[in-house]
Amino acid sequence: MARTDRYEHHDYYGIDELLSDDHKLAREAVQAWVKKEVSPIIEDYSNRSECPHHLFKGLAEIGAFGPSLPVEYGGGGMDEIAYGVIMQELERGDSGVRSMASVQGSLVMYPIYRFGSEEQKRKYLPKLGSGEYIGCFGLTEPDHGSNPNGMITNIKEDGDSYILNGAKMWITNSPVADVAVVWAKDEEGIVRGVIVEKGMPGFSAPEIHGKWSLRASITGELVFEDVRVPKENILPNVAGLKGPLSCLSKARYGIAWGAIGAALDCYDSALRYSKERIQFGKPIGQFQLTQKKLAEMITEITKAQLLAWRLGTLANKGEASPAQISMAKRNNVHMALEIAREARQIHGGMGITNEYPCMRHMMNLETVLTYEGTHDIHLLITGLDVTGLNAFG
Amino acid sequence: MKQLVCISKTPETTAKINFKDGNTAFDESGVQFIMNPYDEWYALVRAIELKESLGGTVTVINVGPASNDVVIRKALAIGADEGIRVDAEPKSALYVAKQIAANAEGFDLVYCGKETIDYNGSEVGAMVAEYLDQPFVSFATKLEVEGNSATVTRDIEGGSEISKIDTPFVLSAAKGMAEQRIPNMRGIMMAKKKPLNVVEPVGFDDKVVVSSFTLPDAKTECKMIDPENMDELVRLLQEEAKVL
Ligand SMILES: Cc1cc2nc3c(=O)[nH]c(=O)nc-3n(C[C@H](O)[C@H](O)[C@H](O)COP(=O)(O)OP(=O)(O)OC[C@H]3O[C@@H](n4cnc5c(N)ncnc54)[C@H](O)[C@@H]3O)c2cc1C
Repeated sequence: MARTDRYEHHDYYGIDELLSDDHKLAREAVQAWVKKEVSPIIEDYSNRSECPHHLFKGLAEIGAFGPSLPVEYGGGGMDEIAYGVIMQELERGDSGVRSMASVQGSLVMYPIYRFGSEEQKRKYLPKLGSGEYIGCFGLTEPDHGSNPNGMITNIKEDGDSYILNGAKMWITNSPVADVAVVWAKDEEGIVRGVIVEKGMPGFSAPEIHGKWSLRASITGELVFEDVRVPKENILPNVAGLKGPLSCLSKARYGIAWGAIGAALDCYDSALRYSKERIQFGKPIGQFQLTQKKLAEMITEITKAQLLAWRLGTLANKGEASPAQISMAKRNNVHMALEIAREARQIHGGMGITNEYPCMRHMMNLETVLTYEGTHDIHLLITGLDVTGLNAFG
Repeated sequence: MKQLVCISKTPETTAKINFKDGNTAFDESGVQFIMNPYDEWYALVRAIELKESLGGTVTVINVGPASNDVVIRKALAIGADEGIRVDAEPKSALYVAKQIAANAEGFDLVYCGKETIDYNGSEVGAMVAEYLDQPFVSFATKLEVEGNSATVTRDIEGGSEISKIDTPFVLSAAKGMAEQRIPNMRGIMMAKKKPLNVVEPVGFDDKVVVSSFTLPDAKTECKMIDPENMDELVRLLQEEAKVL
């Protein structure tokens, strides 16, 4: 049953003063779009574990695909803070809907824009930006998740083509994608980016069923059995793992903002519920234990907002390092997950139903905590950055 | 066709309302502002629709300080072509109407919302029409234009009134005239390149001075119940309101 979305934005430290009119207009617009298009349907789609495909077109129209990419390549020409604010509002609606936009913009359009040839950019970017094409990003493999360098998916030269073999796992949007940006090793063991199109013989993308998380986002595999890919489909301007990692930096940056949206939605719902729910003759918000939860939530949200804003100003100058992005992704997603759990408690039994958004956000955030680099892997990145000592593998 | 849409800024509908200066002025601190929904959803969108089908331009005008520019930018992002801001505090409806009229010469159609949802005066449109010496149609729910002639529908008690009127004229737009358009990111970026002209106010001795505002008595708590959840409604009426 669709609930009325009574969400109001929370800005305890007046961070709005640090935002431009464009940022505020972008937030207002995406918030209005989410209230109109996402909130009324999301509980139902999540419940049925079905992807609301029609939202791809709507996301394209509102301008959620690659907002910080140049306009001539299908992007929005906005800055990194606008991109962050947009992701925040989308994830306020649902992490799965935000994932649809993150993958399309940061993991598919961005690598083609950054590493593609002029022909590739012209062929794919406008169609991806307008939502005519759906894209997916294939890095993770069944046996190589946190350690993508171990990948076995590979390309071998054959005349004017490459022959692609291997399999990718956990790929957002893959069953519905028209194009896949796939990372594979060449004969010298160097990671290369390959654009694979739906319908190429030997290529299939079966759906992964049974997810308890990100249920409104479709996830699948990518299977390549001697897929013949023309040489012009290789991304010419990148070699090595830094290709996929730079895309992940862009997407993780968006997640650092996005997670705040999920946290805000849970806090907003818990705050309202705590004033409306009467027990022992008082609103539960009047009990100190409830106030402790709410006070800590808004404190953590405010800290996360400041972290994201500062990261955004660094990103606008091109100075946000991958390690700084790791810190914000790790902190903000964990913060959001903790808030979803506390907010769920404030709602009591009602909190486990789809009358309220907390449980859905909580389940979604379990994925967000793991994908785009797990919580622990990001900690190791910070550890490596501050000590200079590598604790991986 | 040259169209002018008057847009005002108003507190967000959930904002907490307080007054200052001995209850003579609205306390804006901590209040989020939005574009007045009647101006945005109905007047502005219908003007843009008519521009799209008949050609011409849509100009928006606001009387207010520089912090109102964000509202004008939003109107430009939705599809207006240019903005005018009269750089003055909007002291009263008469003052605002005077300032708008001073900038409204040469337009075929001037729109207001049926009211602004802050002070709910419903006055500006009629006063602008009077200053311009043009006809005025209030609370219009439908507007069609062909050449110099417009057909305007307004809801009246138990039915509707349909009138034909030649341009130029002034109308106030009510619910039904159009549907909200959410600006997209491209529109927001394009709005930055559209002209926003700031003009000085014309001199005018205001004739209205507010002596005080009072707040209504605090409302008793209101609970929202989903229409499908009748059991909960009955339970609350029995156990909490104790009226059943
Ligand atoms: C819904 C969903 C959507 C996804 N979408 C995409 C997508 O679109 N494209 C894509 O390429 N991938 C995608 N992923 C994959 C995701 O990025 C991986 O799940 C993630 O990188 C973790 O890999 P793994 O699941 O193999 O876990 P593992 O790497 O097997 O990790 C298991 C555990 O071991 C820990 N661990 C691993 N190595 C170390 C170490 N050195 N030290 C300490 N702890 C360690 C991890 O932190 C984790 O807790 C998606 C995943 C999900 C769930």
